[in-house]
Amino acid sequence: MKILVCISQVPDTTTKIAFSDNNTHFNTQGVTFIINPYDEWYALVRALELKESGVATAVHLVTVGKADTEPVIRKALALGGEEAIRIDADSSDTYMVAAQIAEYARTEKYDLVLCGKESIDYNNGAVGAMLAQLLDVNYIGFATKIDVAGTEVTVNREIEGGEETNVCSLPLVISCQKGVAEARIPNMRGIMAARTKPLKVVPAAAISALTTVVSYELPPAKTGVKMIDAENMDELVSLLHSNAKVI
Amino acid sequence: MSVIVLAEHAQGIFKKKTFEALQYAAKIAKDLGTTVTAIAAGNVADSEMQGLGAYGAQKVLHIADARLNDFNARAYTKAIISAVQKESAKVIVGLHDVPGKSVIPQVAAGLKAGLVSGAIAYPDTSNGFVVRTSVFSGKAFANVSITSDIKVITVMPNTYPVVKGEGSATVEQFQVAFDDRDFSIQVKAVNKVTGTVPLSEAELVVSGGRGMKGPENWYVLEDLAKELGASLACSRPVADAHWRPHYEHVGQTGGTIRPNLYIAVGISGAIQHLAGVNGSKTIVVINKDPEAPFFKAADYGVIGDAMEVVPRLTAAVKKFKENN
Ligand SMILES: Cc1cc2nc3c(=O)[nH]c(=O)nc-3n(C[C@H](O)[C@H](O)[C@H](O)COP(=O)(O)OP(=O)(O)OC[C@H]3O[C@@H](n4cnc5c(N)ncnc54)[C@H](O)[C@@H]3O)c2cc1C
Ligand SMILES: Nc1ncnc2c1ncn2[C@@H]1O[C@H](COP(=O)(O)O)[C@@H](O)[C@H]1O
Repeated sequence: MKILVCISQVPDTTTKIAFSDNNTHFNTQGVTFIINPYDEWYALVRALELKESGVATAVHLVTVGKADTEPVIRKALALGGEEAIRIDADSSDTYMVAAQIAEYARTEKYDLVLCGKESIDYNNGAVGAMLAQLLDVNYIGFATKIDVAGTEVTVNREIEGGEETNVCSLPLVISCQKGVAEARIPNMRGIMAARTKPLKVVPAAAISALTTVVSYELPPAKTGVKMIDAENMDELVSLLHSNAKVI
Repeated sequence: MSVIVLAEHAQGIFKKKTFEALQYAAKIAKDLGTTVTAIAAGNVADSEMQGLGAYGAQKVLHIADARLNDFNARAYTKAIISAVQKESAKVIVGLHDVPGKSVIPQVAAGLKAGLVSGAIAYPDTSNGFVVRTSVFSGKAFANVSITSDIKVITVMPNTYPVVKGEGSATVEQFQVAFDDRDFSIQVKAVNKVTGTVPLSEAELVVSGGRGMKGPENWYVLEDLAKELGASLACSRPVADAHWRPHYEHVGQTGGTIRPNLYIAVGISGAIQHLAGVNGSKTIVVINKDPEAPFFKAADYGVIGDAMEVVPRLTAAVKKFKENN
C-alpha cells in the first residue's frame, strides 16, 4: 500500500500578521514558516506508523508551492518518508492545489492520501475533499483514528457533537486531526538522512486558479476591555443585556 | 439559474444554521435577480420542507432515498451536482461545518467552480463576486474574488441573526442516479452526546481552562451554563488532561466557534486559544491574574477567583431572569 501525505507550509502560529502592496499581499518578511501542524503531527506521523508496522510499503510527501517551500518539505522528510515531491505551482487557490496534486497522484496510483483537517493560514479545510472528488474516491473528513487491515480501512471521524466509526475499502482520501497520532520530534539521524532523500520537482499542470484575493484587512482593534468589580456581577449581567444584547 | 443550498437536517428537523444558509442564499438570489432552491436528502416531512419558504427558499428538491437518511459525503455531492445541472444554478451555498466541509468542496471540484470557505459576510456583487472570509485563524480577513462561472461558498455559522419571514416553499421530488459505489462507506458505530446544542451552533458558550484546577470544579461552570442555556467548551490542556471530552476543546487545534457570548474562565488567552474564539461577538474574561493576556481580547473583564466569581455570576443571571 502506497501512501501520499499532503504537506503545506504555513506561517508559525505566533506570527504577527501584516500585509504589503496596499493590503494585497501577505507580508512574509521576518515570518518563520512551519509544516502545517495537522499535516505534520497527525497525517505524516500516522503514515509513518503504518509503514513501520508493515502495513504501508511507501510514504511519499507532496507539496504544491514555489522553491521557497523546499526547507519546510525537507523538515517533513526529516521525520520520515522515502521521497518528497514539490509541484512547482502557486498555492493560493484550493482548487488549483487539489487539481495539481490529483494530476500527480493519478499517475502514481496511491492507495491512501492523507492530509490535514485544514491549513492554519487560510483555514479552508477543502483540499482533501476536492482531491477525493478529482480522484473519484471516497473522502472521510476529520478523522481521529485510522487503522488499515489489508485493503479495509477503519476510521473514526468527528461528527456534529460526537464521533462515528466508518469502514471502507481503499483507495481513499482522509483528512486528519487530533487523535490520529502523537506528534514526533525529528532526531539527528532523520535530519541527516533527509538531506540526501530525493526531492522531485514536478512542473505545474496547466490548471488555472478559480479565486483570487482582492485585498486583506486586519480586524478593528478591540476598543478596550471594561473591567467589572468581582463583587458586582449584577452589573455584568445588566451590561450583557442592555449594551452587548447577548442575553 | 438559481442559488442552490444544501439544507442540512437532523432526523428530519432542519437546523437553525440551515435557515441561516438559506437567508444568506436568498440575499444573493435577490442581488442576482433569481430564486433559491434548497436540497433536502432522506426522510423529511413535506411540512418541514415547505417551512423553508419562511427563510427564503422558493423550491425544495427532495431526494427521498432512504439511504440518504445518514450523512454520506459522496452521495450528497452527487445529488447537489445533479441539482445544479438541472437548475443551471450559478451559485451554491453550504455551511462551514463538519458535513458542509466534507461535501461542498467536492461539489466545487466536481463543477470546476471557485470556492470560498467560511464566508463571514454577504458577497459583494457590485463588481464581480467578492466574498469576505476570515484567515490566519481569525487574525485577518481576506476579500476573495471568485472568477469561475459557478460560485461556491460555505458560510460560517452564526454570522447573521436569523430572521423568519413569510412564505411556503414548493416541494418537488428529485431522482438522482446513484450507484453502489456511492454507498461504499459503512457506518459501524455512532457515539453522540445528546441533549446539548453542538458547540458550533451555540450562541452562548461558557469555557474553562487550567485555572479551574480540576474536573471536580467544573460544576460551577455547568451551573452557569445551565442558567444561561449555554454550551460548554474548554482550553486544550483541559482536554489533554481528560478533565473534559476532546470535542469541547476550542482553539487552533480544536473547534472554531463564533458565539454571541463567550465566557472564558481561568484561561490565559494564548494565541492558539484565541484563534478558535476571537470571532465571538462578546467576550467576558474571568481570571485571577490582572496581567492575563486574554483581557486584551475581552469586552468585559472580571479579576477574581473562578470558584467565587462564577457562582456569583450564576446567581446574578438567575435573578435577572426572574425579574425580566
Ligand atoms: C501549535 C499549538 C497549538 C495549540 N492549540 C491550542 C488550542 O487549540 N486550544 C488551546 O486552548 N490551546 C492550544 N495550545 C496551547 C496554548 O498555547 C496554551 O498553552 C493553552 O491555551 C493554555 O491553556 P489555559 O489557558 O487553560 O492554561 P494556562 O495557560 O495555564 O492558564 C490558566 C489561567 O488560569 C488563571 N487562573 C488560575 N487559577 C485561577 C482561579 N482560581 N480563578 C481564575 N483564574 C485562575 C491563570 O491566571 C491563567 O491565566 C496550542 C499550542 C500550540 C503550540
Ligand atoms: N499547497 C499545498 N500543498 C500540499 N498540500 C496542501 C497544500 N495546501 C493544503 N494542503 C493539504 O490540504 C489540507 C487542507 O488544507 P486547506 O484546504 O488549505 O485548509 C492541509 O492540511 C494539507 O494537508
